Amino acid sequence: MRRLLISLTYVVITLLLIVPLFKILTGAWADGPGPFIDALKRPQSLHALMMTGIIVVVVTVVNTLFGVMLALYLVRAPWLGPKVKRLLNSLVDLPFAVSPVIGGLMIVLLLGPGTVMGALFEGIGVKIVYAMPGMILATLFVTFPIMVREVMPVLQEIGAQQEEAASTLGAYSWYTFWKVTWPSIRWGVIYGVVLTVARSLGEFGAVLVVSGNIMNKTQTATTLVYQDVENFNVVAANGIALVLAVFSVGLLLLMEWAKKRKEVH
Amino acid sequence: MNALFRGKGWSFGFRTAIMLYFFCLIVLPIIGIYTQSLSLGWQPFWESVSDSIAWKAVLLTVKLAAIATLINIVIGTMIGWVLIRYQFPGRRLLNSLIDLPFALPTAVGGLLILLLLGPGSLVGGLADRAGFQIVFHEPAIVVAMVFVTFPFVIRGLQPLLEEMDQSEEEASYTLGASKFRTFVSVIFPTMLPGILSGAMLAFSRGLAEFGAVVLIAGNIPGKTLVASVFIFGEIESNNPQGAAAVSVILLTLSFLILWTVNKLQGRRSGH
Repeated sequence: MRRLLISLTYVVITLLLIVPLFKILTGAWADGPGPFIDALKRPQSLHALMMTGIIVVVVTVVNTLFGVMLALYLVRAPWLGPKVKRLLNSLVDLPFAVSPVIGGLMIVLLLGPGTVMGALFEGIGVKIVYAMPGMILATLFVTFPIMVREVMPVLQEIGAQQEEAASTLGAYSWYTFWKVTWPSIRWGVIYGVVLTVARSLGEFGAVLVVSGNIMNKTQTATTLVYQDVENFNVVAANGIALVLAVFSVGLLLLMEWAKKRKEVH
Repeated sequence: MNALFRGKGWSFGFRTAIMLYFFCLIVLPIIGIYTQSLSLGWQPFWESVSDSIAWKAVLLTVKLAAIATLINIVIGTMIGWVLIRYQFPGRRLLNSLIDLPFALPTAVGGLLILLLLGPGSLVGGLADRAGFQIVFHEPAIVVAMVFVTFPFVIRGLQPLLEEMDQSEEEASYTLGASKFRTFVSVIFPTMLPGILSGAMLAFSRGLAEFGAVVLIAGNIPGKTLVASVFIFGEIESNNPQGAAAVSVILLTLSFLILWTVNKLQGRRSGH
């Protein structure tokens, strides 16, 4: 029984995870390194990778700041009643339940050209939908719960006693945060950052809807993969996919490392 | 922590900023989509929803997501169990691989399935000769959903298995229960909440999946067109009203699932 289950586990994981991982490695190199390098050297590839890079950096920074703050409020703030806290707490998870395409649609409906707010922003010369701001907004929406969900349990677990002690002893709020709270939530935050990077790197549906997928303008790495496949340019798609997969595996290793550190603390 | 909120002026501004950000980013868009779908009244909403293509897309999505979830319950329970309870070479490596579908962009997942099962591949060729097709048909969609939602059941189950009190199990053996009996009446009930909440998250993710599915589904209306791809098509063909109507159905379904999961987890941790 035990032997059987272990071998079955090996079979399932090999078929479902390891074989695809190898396929992407071999697929990109199928015709030698030439086509692979050519695919990456196309101007649209470089531009798409740059767009993805910008989105990942901006989204991760914004989400980390706001996510940690919101988690602090939802766990500690005395100015929120328990009922309000519970309500907000369940609202945080909403983006997990929303299909990415719907997330993109929401932004188009609210801020697209032809809506009140879209026209307002267009008036001051800021284009949101089919431009960078919309793509960042869409990714922010999709990745929002990750950081809050990583930090909140840690805060609940450590309790408020040490922080109260610090402030009783006269420590200023920032001082308390850096000296008492931060060291205990640090690994949770780092784990959240890794997850956010992974998710925003791979975000596809929401960005596709909001960006309009315009080559050399609003195309990201994932939407370029989609377009290459639609154009039957599988080798090129494979090249970009390989770059993304290498990042994903790197992130997976980071996740593993952060998880281990998180458990120690 | 009180001190953090004590400096009256700036901390009030800070609070307001965070709450406003939260409201504008998360709550406002969701309100927006509900009002948009009903903006022309119930009649057009009803027409968009009862449009047979839209309806079939939603039903197909629910059906395929349910199949994928069942598959995940079976293999997920098994893998979660094996990775926690048994010691064997390679266990740590396998355990860290589990999260791969979360780390890999879904569009890359879709491309992989296309490459591995598509026409011209080994498996695709074999299936073709055996007389049934995988890619651009229902099996491929199920495979994509299973791949994308693979970690949920395992990760839901593992903490419960880790925390499980060994003494209950030992007591059961001491009282003369067989291995099977112990599993059914002691171990399995402990695992069940984790399996259930993992399965529901997997189901809701399956309903929502777009990236992995769009490349391999074939997207033939009424046959292989799933809800998220249908919504995408409506947006592309400039019909936000129809897109919003189907979105609202899908959203309501997902919210109900999420709410149930929260209830389940709340009861477990005793809140």
